[in-house]
Amino acid sequence: MSQTLAARPRALKAPAFNVPSLARGAYRATQGWLIPFGLIVLWQAASSAGLLSDSVLPSPFAVLAAGWRLTLTGELPRNVEVSFLRAMAGLVVGGGIGFALGLANGLSTLSDRLTDSTLQMIRNIPHLALIPLVILWFGIEEEAKLFLVALGVFFPIYANTLHGVRSVDPQLIEMAKSYGMPRADLFFRVILPGALPSIFVGLRYALGIMWLTLIVAETIAAQSGIGYMAMQAREFMLIDVVVLSILIYALLGKLADVVARALERACLSWNPNYRNV
Amino acid sequence: MDLAISRGSALAFDAPVSDAPHLGAPVTARGLAKSFGATRVLHGLDLHVPAGQFLAVVGRSGCGKSTLLRLIAGLEAADAGRIAFADEQAARKIARVMFQEPRLLPWARVLANVEVGLGADRAKPDARRRALEALEAVGLADRADEWPSVLSGGQKQRVALARALVSRPQLLALDEPLGALDALTRIEMQRLLEHVWLKERFTAILVTHDVGEAIALADRIVLIEQGAIALDVGVDLPRPRHRGDPKFGVLEEQILSHLLGSNA
Repeated sequence: MSQTLAARPRALKAPAFNVPSLARGAYRATQGWLIPFGLIVLWQAASSAGLLSDSVLPSPFAVLAAGWRLTLTGELPRNVEVSFLRAMAGLVVGGGIGFALGLANGLSTLSDRLTDSTLQMIRNIPHLALIPLVILWFGIEEEAKLFLVALGVFFPIYANTLHGVRSVDPQLIEMAKSYGMPRADLFFRVILPGALPSIFVGLRYALGIMWLTLIVAETIAAQSGIGYMAMQAREFMLIDVVVLSILIYALLGKLADVVARALERACLSWNPNYRNV
Repeated sequence: MDLAISRGSALAFDAPVSDAPHLGAPVTARGLAKSFGATRVLHGLDLHVPAGQFLAVVGRSGCGKSTLLRLIAGLEAADAGRIAFADEQAARKIARVMFQEPRLLPWARVLANVEVGLGADRAKPDARRRALEALEAVGLADRADEWPSVLSGGQKQRVALARALVSRPQLLALDEPLGALDALTRIEMQRLLEHVWLKERFTAILVTHDVGEAIALADRIVLIEQGAIALDVGVDLPRPRHRGDPKFGVLEEQILSHLLGSNA
Protein backbone atom coordinates (compact mmCIF):
# COMPACT_ATOMS: atom_id res chain seq x y z
CA MET A 1 0.00 0.00 0.00
CA SER A 2 2.81 2.41 0.89
CA GLN A 3 4.31 1.61 -2.51
CA THR A 4 1.20 2.91 -4.23
CA LEU A 5 1.21 6.14 -2.32
CA ALA A 6 4.90 6.75 -2.86
CA ALA A 7 4.87 6.07 -6.56
CA ARG A 8 1.89 8.14 -7.57
CA PRO A 9 3.02 11.72 -6.87
CA ARG A 10 6.30 11.00 -8.60
CA ALA A 11 4.53 9.85 -11.69
CA LEU A 12 2.29 12.90 -11.67
CA LYS A 13 5.08 15.38 -11.21
CA ALA A 14 7.11 14.57 -14.28
CA PRO A 15 5.16 12.40 -16.68
CA ALA A 16 6.99 13.78 -19.70
CA PHE A 17 10.44 12.58 -18.72
CA ASN A 18 11.71 9.20 -19.68
CA VAL A 19 13.13 7.97 -16.39
CA PRO A 20 9.95 8.41 -14.32
CA SER A 21 7.86 6.90 -17.10
CA LEU A 22 10.23 3.94 -17.20
CA ALA A 23 9.96 3.60 -13.44
CA ARG A 24 6.19 3.81 -13.75
CA GLY A 25 6.27 1.12 -16.42
CA ALA A 26 8.38 -1.14 -14.21
CA TYR A 27 6.05 -0.44 -11.31
CA ARG A 28 3.03 -1.31 -13.43
CA ALA A 29 4.69 -4.54 -14.52
CA THR A 30 5.28 -5.51 -10.90
CA GLN A 31 1.67 -4.80 -9.96
CA GLY A 32 0.62 -8.09 -11.51
CA TRP A 33 3.01 -9.95 -9.25
CA LEU A 34 1.69 -8.46 -6.00
CA ILE A 35 -1.01 -11.10 -5.56
CA PRO A 36 1.10 -14.21 -6.37
CA PHE A 37 3.89 -12.87 -4.16
CA GLY A 38 1.44 -12.08 -1.36
CA LEU A 39 -0.01 -15.60 -1.55
CA ILE A 40 3.47 -17.11 -1.26
CA VAL A 41 4.21 -14.95 1.77
CA LEU A 42 0.92 -16.08 3.37
CA TRP A 43 1.70 -19.67 2.49
CA GLN A 44 5.16 -19.46 4.07
CA ALA A 45 3.73 -17.81 7.15
CA ALA A 46 1.12 -20.57 7.49
CA SER A 47 3.79 -23.25 7.11
CA SER A 48 6.11 -21.60 9.62
CA ALA A 49 3.27 -21.25 12.10
CA GLY A 50 2.58 -24.95 11.76
CA LEU A 51 -0.89 -24.43 10.26
CA LEU A 52 0.07 -26.37 7.12
CA SER A 53 1.52 -29.83 7.50
CA ASP A 54 4.51 -30.63 5.28
CA SER A 55 2.75 -33.81 4.16
CA VAL A 56 -0.19 -31.74 2.82
CA LEU A 57 1.60 -28.70 1.40
CA PRO A 58 5.32 -28.18 1.95
CA SER A 59 6.47 -24.62 2.58
CA PRO A 60 7.67 -22.41 -0.30
CA PHE A 61 11.20 -22.74 1.02
CA ALA A 62 10.95 -26.52 0.90
CA VAL A 63 9.70 -26.32 -2.70
CA LEU A 64 12.51 -23.93 -3.56
CA ALA A 65 14.99 -26.29 -1.95
CA ALA A 66 13.60 -29.19 -3.98
CA GLY A 67 13.99 -27.06 -7.10
CA TRP A 68 17.60 -26.31 -6.23
CA ARG A 69 18.30 -29.98 -5.50
CA LEU A 70 16.86 -31.08 -8.85
CA THR A 71 18.68 -28.30 -10.66
CA LEU A 72 21.96 -29.54 -9.28
CA THR A 73 21.28 -33.11 -10.39
CA GLY A 74 20.29 -31.74 -13.81
CA GLU A 75 16.91 -33.45 -13.61
CA LEU A 76 14.87 -30.25 -13.52
CA PRO A 77 16.53 -28.39 -16.42
CA ARG A 78 16.37 -31.52 -18.56
CA ASN A 79 12.68 -32.10 -17.89
CA VAL A 80 11.79 -28.44 -18.40
CA GLU A 81 13.67 -28.46 -21.67
CA VAL A 82 11.94 -31.63 -22.84
CA SER A 83 8.48 -30.27 -21.97
CA PHE A 84 9.22 -26.89 -23.51
CA LEU A 85 10.42 -28.41 -26.78
CA ARG A 86 7.39 -30.70 -26.93
CA ALA A 87 5.06 -27.77 -26.38
CA MET A 88 6.75 -25.67 -29.04
CA ALA A 89 6.88 -28.51 -31.56
CA GLY A 90 3.19 -29.19 -31.07
CA LEU A 91 2.37 -25.50 -31.34
CA VAL A 92 4.38 -25.06 -34.52
CA VAL A 93 2.95 -28.15 -36.21
CA GLY A 94 -0.69 -27.80 -35.08
CA GLY A 95 -0.71 -24.01 -35.17
CA GLY A 96 0.97 -23.98 -38.58
CA ILE A 97 -1.60 -26.34 -40.08
CA GLY A 98 -4.46 -24.46 -38.40
CA PHE A 99 -3.15 -21.12 -39.65
CA ALA A 100 -2.71 -22.41 -43.20
CA LEU A 101 -6.15 -24.03 -43.33
CA GLY A 102 -7.76 -20.99 -41.72
CA LEU A 103 -6.24 -18.75 -44.40
CA ALA A 104 -7.16 -21.18 -47.18
CA ASN A 105 -10.76 -21.50 -46.05
CA GLY A 106 -11.08 -17.79 -45.46
CA LEU A 107 -9.79 -16.93 -48.92
CA SER A 108 -11.26 -19.75 -50.99
CA THR A 109 -14.86 -20.87 -50.82
CA LEU A 110 -13.91 -24.09 -52.60
CA SER A 111 -11.42 -25.00 -49.90
CA ASP A 112 -13.97 -24.04 -47.27
CA ARG A 113 -16.70 -26.24 -48.77
CA LEU A 114 -14.28 -29.16 -49.07
CA THR A 115 -12.80 -29.12 -45.59
CA ASP A 116 -14.89 -27.14 -43.13
CA SER A 117 -17.51 -29.80 -42.29
CA THR A 118 -14.80 -32.39 -41.70
CA LEU A 119 -12.94 -30.02 -39.43
CA GLN A 120 -16.07 -29.12 -37.49
CA MET A 121 -16.78 -32.82 -36.88
CA ILE A 122 -13.26 -33.49 -35.64
CA ARG A 123 -13.44 -30.40 -33.48
CA ASN A 124 -16.33 -31.78 -31.51
CA ILE A 125 -14.27 -34.76 -30.33
CA PRO A 126 -12.44 -33.79 -27.12
CA HIS A 127 -8.86 -34.35 -28.19
CA LEU A 128 -7.91 -35.81 -24.82
CA ALA A 129 -10.44 -38.59 -25.45
CA LEU A 130 -8.03 -39.83 -28.07
CA ILE A 131 -5.36 -40.65 -25.48
CA PRO A 132 -6.11 -44.41 -25.37
CA LEU A 133 -5.99 -44.56 -29.14
CA VAL A 134 -2.86 -42.45 -29.28
CA ILE A 135 -1.12 -44.76 -26.79
CA LEU A 136 -2.08 -47.75 -28.92
CA TRP A 137 -0.75 -46.05 -32.03
CA PHE A 138 2.39 -44.39 -30.76
CA GLY A 139 3.00 -45.95 -27.34
CA ILE A 140 4.67 -43.39 -25.10
CA GLU A 141 7.00 -42.08 -27.77
CA GLU A 142 7.36 -38.41 -28.70
CA GLU A 143 4.82 -38.72 -31.53
CA ALA A 144 2.05 -39.26 -29.01
CA LYS A 145 2.66 -35.93 -27.27
CA LEU A 146 3.26 -34.09 -30.52
CA PHE A 147 0.03 -35.44 -31.98
CA LEU A 148 -2.09 -34.49 -28.98
CA VAL A 149 -0.63 -31.01 -28.54
CA ALA A 150 -0.83 -30.30 -32.27
CA LEU A 151 -4.45 -31.44 -32.36
CA GLY A 152 -5.27 -29.34 -29.31
CA VAL A 153 -3.77 -26.08 -30.60
CA PHE A 154 -5.01 -26.60 -34.16
CA PHE A 155 -8.63 -25.62 -33.60
CA PRO A 156 -8.36 -22.30 -31.78
CA ILE A 157 -5.84 -21.10 -34.35
CA TYR A 158 -7.84 -22.45 -37.28
CA ALA A 159 -11.15 -21.00 -36.13
CA ASN A 160 -9.76 -17.59 -35.23
CA THR A 161 -7.66 -17.26 -38.38
CA LEU A 162 -10.73 -18.13 -40.45
CA HIS A 163 -12.85 -15.65 -38.54
CA GLY A 164 -10.15 -12.99 -38.84
CA VAL A 165 -9.82 -13.35 -42.60
CA ARG A 166 -13.59 -13.29 -43.06
CA SER A 167 -14.08 -10.21 -40.93
CA VAL A 168 -11.58 -8.00 -42.76
CA ASP A 169 -13.44 -4.81 -43.73
CA PRO A 170 -14.81 -5.43 -47.26
CA GLN A 171 -14.61 -1.66 -47.90
CA LEU A 172 -10.83 -1.81 -47.52
CA ILE A 173 -10.62 -4.77 -49.89
CA GLU A 174 -12.76 -2.93 -52.45
CA MET A 175 -10.56 0.15 -52.11
CA ALA A 176 -7.36 -1.89 -52.52
CA LYS A 177 -8.68 -3.67 -55.60
CA SER A 178 -9.93 -0.49 -57.24
CA TYR A 179 -6.55 1.12 -56.57
CA GLY A 180 -4.87 -1.67 -58.53
CA MET A 181 -3.10 -3.24 -55.55
CA PRO A 182 -1.22 -6.39 -56.63
CA ARG A 183 -2.59 -9.67 -55.23
CA ALA A 184 0.39 -10.35 -52.96
CA ASP A 185 0.09 -6.83 -51.54
CA LEU A 186 -3.63 -7.31 -51.06
CA PHE A 187 -2.89 -10.32 -48.89
CA PHE A 188 0.10 -9.01 -46.95
CA ARG A 189 -1.02 -5.39 -46.56
CA VAL A 190 -4.79 -5.69 -46.20
CA ILE A 191 -6.06 -9.19 -45.40
CA LEU A 192 -3.34 -10.47 -43.08
CA PRO A 193 -3.03 -7.31 -40.94
CA GLY A 194 -6.80 -7.14 -40.76
CA ALA A 195 -7.01 -10.73 -39.55
CA LEU A 196 -4.12 -10.42 -37.10
CA PRO A 197 -6.03 -9.27 -33.98
CA SER A 198 -8.26 -12.32 -34.27
CA ILE A 199 -5.29 -14.61 -34.98
CA PHE A 200 -3.67 -13.44 -31.75
CA VAL A 201 -6.81 -14.28 -29.80
CA GLY A 202 -6.51 -17.78 -31.26
CA LEU A 203 -2.83 -17.96 -30.37
CA ARG A 204 -3.37 -17.05 -26.73
CA TYR A 205 -6.20 -19.51 -26.44
CA ALA A 206 -4.01 -22.16 -28.09
CA LEU A 207 -1.21 -21.55 -25.59
CA GLY A 208 -3.52 -22.45 -22.73
CA ILE A 209 -4.64 -25.64 -24.45
CA MET A 210 -1.04 -26.43 -25.30
CA TRP A 211 0.08 -26.63 -21.65
CA LEU A 212 -3.08 -28.41 -20.55
CA THR A 213 -2.66 -31.10 -23.19
CA LEU A 214 1.00 -31.53 -22.46
CA ILE A 215 0.45 -31.94 -18.72
CA VAL A 216 -2.17 -34.62 -19.26
CA ALA A 217 -0.13 -36.41 -21.91
CA GLU A 218 3.06 -36.35 -19.83
CA THR A 219 1.24 -37.53 -16.76
CA ILE A 220 -0.27 -40.51 -18.54
CA ALA A 221 2.23 -41.51 -21.17
CA ALA A 222 5.78 -40.23 -20.88
CA GLN A 223 9.27 -41.06 -19.68
CA SER A 224 10.46 -37.49 -19.31
CA GLY A 225 9.11 -34.00 -18.92
CA ILE A 226 7.63 -32.08 -16.03
CA GLY A 227 4.45 -34.14 -15.94
CA TYR A 228 6.49 -37.31 -15.75
CA MET A 229 8.63 -35.77 -13.00
CA ALA A 230 5.51 -35.00 -11.00
CA MET A 231 4.15 -38.53 -11.42
CA GLN A 232 7.47 -40.07 -10.36
CA ALA A 233 7.56 -37.82 -7.33
CA ARG A 234 4.06 -38.93 -6.38
CA GLU A 235 5.19 -42.57 -6.41
CA PHE A 236 7.95 -41.72 -3.92
CA MET A 237 5.75 -39.35 -1.92
CA LEU A 238 8.00 -36.38 -2.78
CA ILE A 239 5.25 -33.82 -2.38
CA ASP A 240 7.68 -30.88 -2.63
CA VAL A 241 8.58 -31.99 -6.19
CA VAL A 242 4.90 -32.36 -7.09
CA VAL A 243 4.21 -28.80 -5.95
CA LEU A 244 7.34 -27.60 -7.74
CA SER A 245 6.09 -29.14 -11.00
CA ILE A 246 2.76 -27.39 -10.67
CA LEU A 247 4.44 -24.04 -10.01
CA ILE A 248 6.70 -24.53 -13.04
CA TYR A 249 3.66 -25.09 -15.22
CA ALA A 250 2.21 -21.84 -13.91
CA LEU A 251 5.45 -20.00 -14.70
CA LEU A 252 5.74 -21.51 -18.18
CA GLY A 253 2.13 -20.56 -18.90
CA LYS A 254 2.79 -17.01 -17.75
CA LEU A 255 5.94 -16.87 -19.88
CA ALA A 256 4.02 -17.97 -22.98
CA ASP A 257 1.42 -15.31 -22.28
CA VAL A 258 4.08 -12.61 -21.86
CA VAL A 259 5.62 -13.55 -25.21
CA ALA A 260 2.22 -13.54 -26.91
CA ARG A 261 1.43 -10.12 -25.43
CA ALA A 262 4.74 -8.68 -26.54
CA LEU A 263 4.11 -9.99 -30.05
CA GLU A 264 0.63 -8.50 -29.98
CA ARG A 265 1.94 -5.13 -28.91
CA ALA A 266 4.61 -5.16 -31.60
CA CYS A 267 2.28 -6.25 -34.38
CA LEU A 268 -0.83 -4.31 -33.40
CA SER A 269 0.71 -1.01 -32.35
CA TRP A 270 -1.50 0.71 -34.95
CA ASN A 271 -4.57 -0.26 -32.97
CA PRO A 272 -5.40 2.13 -30.12
CA ASN A 273 -6.92 -0.80 -28.20
CA TYR A 274 -3.55 -2.51 -27.90
CA ARG A 275 -1.30 0.47 -27.35
CA ASN A 276 -1.40 0.43 -23.56
CA VAL A 277 -2.07 -3.21 -22.85
CA MET B 1 -10.46 32.56 -44.73
CA ASP B 2 -8.46 30.61 -47.26
CA LEU B 3 -7.89 27.91 -44.67
CA ALA B 4 -7.08 24.80 -46.64
CA ILE B 5 -4.77 26.53 -49.03
CA SER B 6 -2.83 28.63 -46.56
CA ARG B 7 -2.28 25.70 -44.19
CA GLY B 8 -0.40 23.74 -46.82
CA SER B 9 1.87 26.63 -47.72
CA ALA B 10 4.37 24.45 -49.55
CA LEU B 11 2.04 23.03 -52.15
CA ALA B 12 3.67 20.39 -54.27
CA PHE B 13 1.40 21.11 -57.17
CA ASP B 14 2.74 24.67 -57.24
CA ALA B 15 6.22 23.28 -57.64
CA PRO B 16 7.30 22.04 -61.06
CA VAL B 17 6.14 18.44 -61.36
CA SER B 18 8.13 15.76 -63.07
CA ASP B 19 5.31 14.33 -65.15
CA ALA B 20 4.05 16.44 -68.02
CA PRO B 21 0.68 18.06 -67.29
CA HIS B 22 -2.11 16.04 -68.80
CA LEU B 23 -5.76 16.49 -69.49
CA GLY B 24 -8.36 14.26 -67.98
CA ALA B 25 -10.05 11.44 -69.78
CA PRO B 26 -13.45 11.85 -71.41
CA VAL B 27 -16.11 9.38 -70.31
CA THR B 28 -19.11 8.23 -72.30
CA ALA B 29 -21.91 6.09 -70.94
CA ARG B 30 -24.58 4.67 -73.24
CA GLY B 31 -27.82 3.00 -72.19
CA LEU B 32 -26.61 2.12 -68.71
CA ALA B 33 -28.90 -0.14 -66.70
CA LYS B 34 -28.44 -1.67 -63.30
CA SER B 35 -30.85 -3.47 -60.98
CA PHE B 36 -30.44 -4.82 -57.48
CA GLY B 37 -32.91 -7.65 -57.17
CA ALA B 38 -36.27 -6.32 -58.27
CA THR B 39 -35.23 -2.68 -57.86
CA ARG B 40 -34.30 -0.97 -61.09
CA VAL B 41 -31.75 1.64 -60.04
CA LEU B 42 -30.66 2.89 -63.45
CA HIS B 43 -32.25 2.32 -66.81
CA GLY B 44 -31.15 3.64 -70.14
CA LEU B 45 -28.90 6.36 -68.80
CA ASP B 46 -26.77 8.27 -71.32
CA LEU B 47 -24.03 10.62 -70.25
CA HIS B 48 -20.99 12.16 -71.86
CA VAL B 49 -18.38 13.91 -69.74
CA PRO B 50 -15.79 15.84 -71.78
CA ALA B 51 -12.13 15.64 -70.81
CA GLY B 52 -11.27 17.75 -67.78
CA GLN B 53 -14.84 18.64 -66.88
CA PHE B 54 -15.92 18.87 -63.27
CA LEU B 55 -19.31 17.20 -63.22
CA ALA B 56 -21.55 17.05 -60.17
CA VAL B 57 -24.26 14.43 -59.90
CA VAL B 58 -27.10 15.31 -57.54
CA GLY B 59 -30.34 13.60 -56.65
CA ARG B 60 -32.42 12.30 -53.78
CA SER B 61 -31.15 9.39 -51.68
CA GLY B 62 -31.52 6.13 -53.53
CA CYS B 63 -31.86 7.78 -56.95
CA GLY B 64 -28.91 5.80 -58.29
CA LYS B 65 -26.28 8.53 -58.33
CA SER B 66 -23.78 6.47 -56.34
CA THR B 67 -24.51 3.44 -58.50
CA LEU B 68 -23.72 5.51 -61.61
CA LEU B 69 -20.40 6.50 -60.09
CA ARG B 70 -19.57 2.92 -59.10
CA LEU B 71 -20.29 1.74 -62.63
CA ILE B 72 -18.08 4.44 -64.14
CA ALA B 73 -15.28 3.67 -61.69
CA GLY B 74 -15.47 -0.02 -62.52
CA LEU B 75 -16.45 -1.05 -58.98
CA GLU B 76 -19.53 -2.77 -60.32
CA ALA B 77 -20.61 -4.15 -63.67
CA ALA B 78 -23.63 -2.76 -65.51
CA ASP B 79 -26.49 -5.08 -66.46
CA ALA B 80 -26.75 -3.38 -69.86
CA GLY B 81 -25.11 -0.55 -71.75
CA ARG B 82 -21.48 0.40 -71.89
CA ILE B 83 -18.98 2.86 -70.53
CA ALA B 84 -16.07 4.02 -72.66
CA PHE B 85 -13.02 6.12 -71.95
CA ALA B 86 -10.58 7.50 -74.49
CA ASP B 87 -8.41 4.84 -76.12
CA GLU B 88 -10.54 1.99 -74.76
CA GLN B 89 -8.68 2.10 -71.46
CA ALA B 90 -9.86 0.21 -68.39
CA ALA B 91 -11.32 2.18 -65.50
CA ARG B 92 -8.82 0.84 -62.99
CA LYS B 93 -5.93 2.12 -65.08
CA ILE B 94 -7.01 5.73 -65.29
CA ALA B 95 -9.61 6.29 -62.58
CA ARG B 96 -9.34 6.73 -58.83
CA VAL B 97 -12.24 6.70 -56.40
CA MET B 98 -12.62 8.75 -53.28
CA PHE B 99 -15.18 7.07 -51.08
CA GLN B 100 -17.59 8.47 -48.56
CA GLU B 101 -15.43 6.90 -45.84
CA PRO B 102 -11.68 7.57 -45.87
CA ARG B 103 -10.98 3.80 -46.07
CA LEU B 104 -7.42 4.20 -44.84
CA LEU B 105 -5.55 1.06 -43.79
CA PRO B 106 -5.45 1.50 -40.01
CA TRP B 107 -2.25 -0.60 -39.73
CA ALA B 108 -0.29 1.50 -42.22
CA ARG B 109 1.25 4.90 -41.48
CA VAL B 110 -0.16 7.91 -43.31
CA LEU B 111 2.60 7.90 -45.91
CA ALA B 112 2.21 4.19 -46.61
CA ASN B 113 -1.50 4.76 -47.04
CA VAL B 114 -0.82 7.37 -49.69
CA GLU B 115 1.56 4.95 -51.41
CA VAL B 116 -1.37 2.54 -51.79
CA GLY B 117 -2.68 4.98 -54.39
CA LEU B 118 0.24 4.14 -56.65
CA GLY B 119 -1.08 0.60 -57.14
CA ALA B 120 1.58 -1.59 -58.73
CA ASP B 121 3.94 1.43 -58.96
CA ARG B 122 4.38 1.32 -55.19
CA ALA B 123 7.44 -0.89 -55.72
CA LYS B 124 9.20 1.77 -57.81
CA PRO B 125 12.01 3.78 -56.20
CA ASP B 126 10.27 7.16 -56.51
CA ALA B 127 7.10 5.95 -54.75
CA ARG B 128 8.01 7.54 -51.43
CA ARG B 129 8.83 10.91 -53.00
CA ARG B 130 5.59 10.94 -54.96
CA ALA B 131 3.57 10.03 -51.89
CA LEU B 132 5.24 12.79 -49.89
CA GLU B 133 4.48 15.32 -52.64
CA ALA B 134 0.84 14.29 -52.64
CA LEU B 135 0.72 14.64 -48.85
CA GLU B 136 2.27 18.08 -49.11
CA ALA B 137 -0.37 19.05 -51.63
CA VAL B 138 -3.08 18.36 -49.06
CA GLY B 139 -1.06 20.07 -46.32
CA LEU B 140 -0.32 16.95 -44.26
CA ALA B 141 3.35 16.29 -44.99
CA ASP B 142 4.16 16.69 -41.30
CA ARG B 143 1.79 13.83 -40.38
CA ALA B 144 3.45 11.29 -42.71
CA ASP B 145 4.58 9.00 -39.88
CA GLU B 146 1.35 9.03 -37.87
CA TRP B 147 -1.18 6.24 -37.58
CA PRO B 148 -4.50 7.11 -39.23
CA SER B 149 -6.31 6.61 -35.91
CA VAL B 150 -4.86 9.83 -34.48
CA LEU B 151 -6.12 12.01 -37.36
CA SER B 152 -9.39 13.93 -37.38
CA GLY B 153 -12.14 13.08 -39.85
CA GLY B 154 -11.18 15.92 -42.18
CA GLN B 155 -7.50 15.00 -42.05
CA LYS B 156 -8.33 11.39 -42.88
CA GLN B 157 -10.26 12.53 -45.94
CA ARG B 158 -7.34 14.70 -46.96
CA VAL B 159 -5.05 11.67 -46.75
CA ALA B 160 -7.61 9.79 -48.86
CA LEU B 161 -7.51 12.65 -51.37
CA ALA B 162 -3.70 12.49 -51.48
CA ARG B 163 -3.95 8.73 -52.02
CA ALA B 164 -6.42 9.26 -54.87
CA LEU B 165 -4.23 11.91 -56.52
CA VAL B 166 -0.77 10.39 -56.07
CA SER B 167 -1.04 8.33 -59.26
CA ARG B 168 -2.15 11.44 -61.17
CA PRO B 169 -5.41 9.87 -62.37
CA GLN B 170 -7.17 11.06 -65.49
CA LEU B 171 -10.52 10.59 -63.81
CA LEU B 172 -11.40 11.18 -60.18
CA ALA B 173 -14.68 9.71 -58.99
CA LEU B 174 -15.88 11.26 -55.73
CA ASP B 175 -18.65 9.43 -53.91
CA GLU B 176 -19.92 12.01 -51.38
CA PRO B 177 -16.46 12.22 -49.83
CA LEU B 178 -17.33 15.27 -47.75
CA GLY B 179 -20.70 14.03 -46.52
CA ALA B 180 -19.52 13.09 -43.05
CA LEU B 181 -17.48 16.24 -42.35
CA ASP B 182 -18.51 19.22 -40.26
CA ALA B 183 -19.52 22.40 -42.09
CA LEU B 184 -16.23 24.26 -41.74
CA THR B 185 -14.01 21.30 -42.64
CA ARG B 186 -16.29 20.73 -45.57
CA ILE B 187 -15.70 24.21 -46.96
CA GLU B 188 -11.95 23.75 -46.49
CA MET B 189 -12.08 20.46 -48.35
CA GLN B 190 -14.15 21.97 -51.17
CA ARG B 191 -11.51 24.64 -51.66
CA LEU B 192 -8.76 22.08 -51.58
CA LEU B 193 -10.59 19.95 -54.14
CA GLU B 194 -11.12 22.92 -56.45
CA HIS B 195 -7.49 23.90 -56.05
CA VAL B 196 -6.08 20.49 -56.99
CA TRP B 197 -8.54 20.11 -59.83
CA LEU B 198 -7.56 23.49 -61.32
CA LYS B 199 -3.93 22.42 -61.05
CA GLU B 200 -4.26 18.88 -62.38
CA ARG B 201 -7.22 19.18 -64.73
CA PHE B 202 -8.39 15.61 -64.36
CA THR B 203 -11.99 14.80 -65.19
CA ALA B 204 -13.93 14.90 -61.93
CA ILE B 205 -17.29 13.32 -61.18
CA LEU B 206 -18.65 14.32 -57.81
CA VAL B 207 -21.70 12.63 -56.36
CA THR B 208 -23.27 14.78 -53.69
CA HIS B 209 -26.61 15.47 -52.07
CA ASP B 210 -25.54 19.03 -51.30
CA VAL B 211 -26.66 21.31 -54.14
CA GLY B 212 -24.56 24.19 -52.80
CA GLU B 213 -21.47 22.03 -52.90
CA ALA B 214 -22.26 21.03 -56.49
CA ILE B 215 -22.63 24.66 -57.57
CA ALA B 216 -19.48 25.73 -55.73
CA LEU B 217 -17.35 23.14 -57.50
CA ALA B 218 -18.84 21.89 -60.74
CA ASP B 219 -18.77 23.06 -64.36
CA ARG B 220 -21.96 21.16 -64.93
CA ILE B 221 -24.61 19.54 -62.79
CA VAL B 222 -26.79 16.59 -63.69
CA LEU B 223 -29.78 15.60 -61.63
CA ILE B 224 -30.73 11.95 -61.56
CA GLU B 225 -34.32 10.94 -61.06
CA GLN B 226 -35.92 7.53 -61.45
CA GLY B 227 -32.78 6.04 -62.91
CA ALA B 228 -32.20 8.62 -65.65
CA ILE B 229 -30.95 12.17 -66.10
CA ALA B 230 -33.75 14.62 -65.38
CA LEU B 231 -31.83 17.88 -65.51
CA ASP B 232 -28.50 18.84 -67.08
CA VAL B 233 -27.29 22.40 -66.41
CA GLY B 234 -24.01 24.19 -66.93
CA VAL B 235 -22.64 26.35 -64.11
CA ASP B 236 -21.30 29.48 -65.71
CA LEU B 237 -19.93 31.30 -62.68
CA PRO B 238 -16.38 32.63 -62.25
CA ARG B 239 -14.13 30.78 -59.79
CA PRO B 240 -13.66 30.95 -56.87
CA ARG B 241 -17.41 31.00 -56.39
CA HIS B 242 -19.13 32.71 -53.53
CA ARG B 243 -22.37 31.61 -52.03
CA GLY B 244 -23.38 35.26 -51.66
CA ASP B 245 -23.40 35.66 -55.45
CA PRO B 246 -27.03 36.23 -56.60
CA LYS B 247 -26.55 33.93 -59.62
CA PHE B 248 -25.39 31.21 -57.22
CA GLY B 249 -28.66 31.57 -55.32
CA VAL B 250 -30.79 31.53 -58.45
CA LEU B 251 -29.18 28.33 -59.69
CA GLU B 252 -29.42 26.69 -56.28
CA GLU B 253 -33.12 27.61 -56.12
CA GLN B 254 -33.72 26.20 -59.60
CA ILE B 255 -32.12 22.83 -58.83
CA LEU B 256 -33.61 22.57 -55.37
CA SER B 257 -37.12 23.30 -56.60
CA HIS B 258 -36.67 20.60 -59.21
CA LEU B 259 -35.53 18.17 -56.52
CA LEU B 260 -38.36 19.08 -54.16
CA GLY B 261 -40.91 19.28 -56.94
CA SER B 262 -40.21 15.73 -57.93
CA ASN B 263 -41.35 14.75 -54.47
CA ALA B 264 -44.85 16.16 -54.92
